[in-house]
Amino acid sequence: MTPVLSLRDIQKSFPGVKALAGVQLDLYPGQVTALIGENGAGKSTIVKILTGIYQPDGGTIAVEGRETRFPTAQAASDAGVTAIHQETVLFDELTVAENIFIGHAPKGRFGLIDRKAMEAQAKALLASIHADLEPHARLRDLGIASKHLVAIARALSIDARVVIMDEPTAALSHKEIQELYDLVATLKAKGKAILFISHKFDEIFRIADRYTVFRDGQFVGEGAMADVNEGQLVQMMVGRSVDQIYPKRPAQIGAPVLTVTGYSHPTEFADVGFTLHQGEILGFYGLVGAGRSEVMQALFGITKPSHGAVKIGDEVRVIRSTAQAVAAGIVYVPEDRGKQGAVKGLPIYQNVTLPSLGRTSKGGFLRMAQEFALAREYTQRLDLRAASLDQDVGLLSGGNQQKVVIAKWLATKPRVIILDEPTKGIDIGSKAAVHDFMSELAAQGLAVIMVSSEIPEVLGMADRVIVMREGRIAAEFAGDAMTPENLVRAAVGIEGEAA
Amino acid sequence: MTAHTQGRVIPDRLTSPLARALRSWEALLLLVAVAIFIANSFASPYFLDPWNLSDASFNFTEKAMIAFAMAMLIIAGDIDLSVASIIALASTVMGAAALAGADVPVLVGLGLGTGLLCGAFNGLLVAGFGLPSIVVTIGTMSLFRGISYIVLGDQAYTEYPKGFGYFGQGYVWWVFSFELVLFAVMAVVFGLLLHKTNFGRATYAIGNNATAARFSGIRVDRIRFILFLLTGLCSGIAAVCLTSRLGSTRPSIGTGYELEVVTMVVLGGVNILGGSGSIHGVVIAAFVMGLVTFGLGLLNVPGIVMSIIIGLLLIGVIALPRLWRMWRK
Repeated sequence: MTPVLSLRDIQKSFPGVKALAGVQLDLYPGQVTALIGENGAGKSTIVKILTGIYQPDGGTIAVEGRETRFPTAQAASDAGVTAIHQETVLFDELTVAENIFIGHAPKGRFGLIDRKAMEAQAKALLASIHADLEPHARLRDLGIASKHLVAIARALSIDARVVIMDEPTAALSHKEIQELYDLVATLKAKGKAILFISHKFDEIFRIADRYTVFRDGQFVGEGAMADVNEGQLVQMMVGRSVDQIYPKRPAQIGAPVLTVTGYSHPTEFADVGFTLHQGEILGFYGLVGAGRSEVMQALFGITKPSHGAVKIGDEVRVIRSTAQAVAAGIVYVPEDRGKQGAVKGLPIYQNVTLPSLGRTSKGGFLRMAQEFALAREYTQRLDLRAASLDQDVGLLSGGNQQKVVIAKWLATKPRVIILDEPTKGIDIGSKAAVHDFMSELAAQGLAVIMVSSEIPEVLGMADRVIVMREGRIAAEFAGDAMTPENLVRAAVGIEGEAA
Repeated sequence: MTAHTQGRVIPDRLTSPLARALRSWEALLLLVAVAIFIANSFASPYFLDPWNLSDASFNFTEKAMIAFAMAMLIIAGDIDLSVASIIALASTVMGAAALAGADVPVLVGLGLGTGLLCGAFNGLLVAGFGLPSIVVTIGTMSLFRGISYIVLGDQAYTEYPKGFGYFGQGYVWWVFSFELVLFAVMAVVFGLLLHKTNFGRATYAIGNNATAARFSGIRVDRIRFILFLLTGLCSGIAAVCLTSRLGSTRPSIGTGYELEVVTMVVLGGVNILGGSGSIHGVVIAAFVMGLVTFGLGLLNVPGIVMSIIIGLLLIGVIALPRLWRMWRK
């Protein structure tokens, strides 16, 4: 079989970094090729080259055997290459039909857009992928899953031969992911070549036919999914075997640190109650939208609960602002690192000391020596990689930004640390490091809450799991009852015990 | 990310604060100021006269007093376009009180108090109700000055008690006017506040990423409110000085000051989108604007041409670094 799209010896450098050092990639019609690699392996760079955003420094791109170039995004689109991104690039204020046909809308007389024809064609396209969407609905009123459908319909409308899906399931719920898999099957049946980028192994093994592995900007290998197992792929990705992704160490579980009772919010959650102990890692599992993050953000003083009480140790604490939460010893490492985590534009040391300024300053005046000392201590503890503590946090990689956020909180000497999806979107090597560190914190007597949507992570790390569904606690599992089946059943609301 | 292994040592800084300062915007601006100073002293024989220079300082002192607070407000990501209207309202309140026979301390108290109240009103709408500051202060810009027009119409308050003239016309020592000294004191106070206190650090954090600042335990809305309060207070101070200097209040007092204040702040290197800037930059920018206006005045350049030149200066100084980078590529 000849590939639809074939890349050979692609090179791309940025100032100071060799992003791609001669990689190859082949995509075949009617097949799903998974592109696998750690963060920084060069996956996004190759996507940007394929969509005409970056120009390669060297190498060849061939579409159906003929060598070609994508000098612009339009050229890539004309050649039939289209991408569906993690955060879909569509226009919120336009309708579904306008989004599908933007740039190539059917024209009527005088060169004006023929709305009727456009909406009819949009309806037909949406029906072909079993998408129940109104062509004249505004995009901003749709959920992320529906936006993906629009993006796919758009891909079909330009008769794309190659569809790139970059972490398409990252923001989707369980049910929506199922629908996406069905859609991938539909696209395969239509003979499209699909490049599928994902960090989730279960997903890759489920839908991919072939794989290609990159490591540090280099091509490592490719082949049929049927010929490999998970361990071999991980070894290819990291260049070493990762024996222990979940290095949970036994910790001494002590006295209750945080007791939450009758915690309710007018719209987001109701009657949530639990107790967290010293040295414990308490997992919070549930589908996206189950209210887990909302409970945590209320505990951290971001949103205000309508009812309920919070006790730290034996003391009842009222938390109505983040400052009060920090004072009570509760800190929160948010899921949305870019927006809520690090303050980009400020140097590393100022990020670390931001919540601890009360301790490093005197009479409201800053003391630089104390600030640097505190930042040095905690960034070293987290093995931060940076040129200097005076460096802008925005220049660090995502993983290192996460370290700065965690360092910031540890420096406040908290009693409870809440980690919201701590390993989402980070590569397997860093994942293991985060897990290792979490274990270490618990062993040192900190009480840890881990919100996670990844079952292996929850089962591997947590001492106890609370499952939330539709804003309420659906179930709690510990010990042998912590099985994937039990968690999923409780999360989706299937009654009865798993066999 | 392991806790048991000691991480590598990261140096505190790679470039010393001095080296950084030498390559900064403020250093470039200082060169511009010196160049204008030298050019002026060649262009007019009257320029280097100390009394002339002292007179010239009135071109910028009142605006600069507001610009310090405005700089902090803009660094935090907000803006206050109502400052000139606060001057008008505060001046009107003082004029009415003076007519009713109030003495100097009461007048000053009323001027500052009016400024604080106006600032609190802006701050409540922006930080309390979450409205965009540019819209709110365009609204209060009309509102505050509108009240002055209703009260005064085409009239003016001209009866101020004798001692009131000191704030705008008095001299502390030799050529150093009260306004110039107050300008210097406020520069130091605001310089310390922005660069050396927790409050100043929080201001930068909010301007760079207000959400992340809030997620770091900073009381974002309280700090934004205080910044509006400070801007109102500084406008009140400027109102006292300006009213004292002119000796009269008309509703059109200080018209257009808000744009000159913002120009001064931006020329001083404060990012109009928030997050960066410095008080010393604003101080130098105040001198640059004062020197240009004064130098052109000595050459009998008409006012409208002066504002064209100030506008070109602003665009020029901001475009220069970018043009330089483009040219080097």
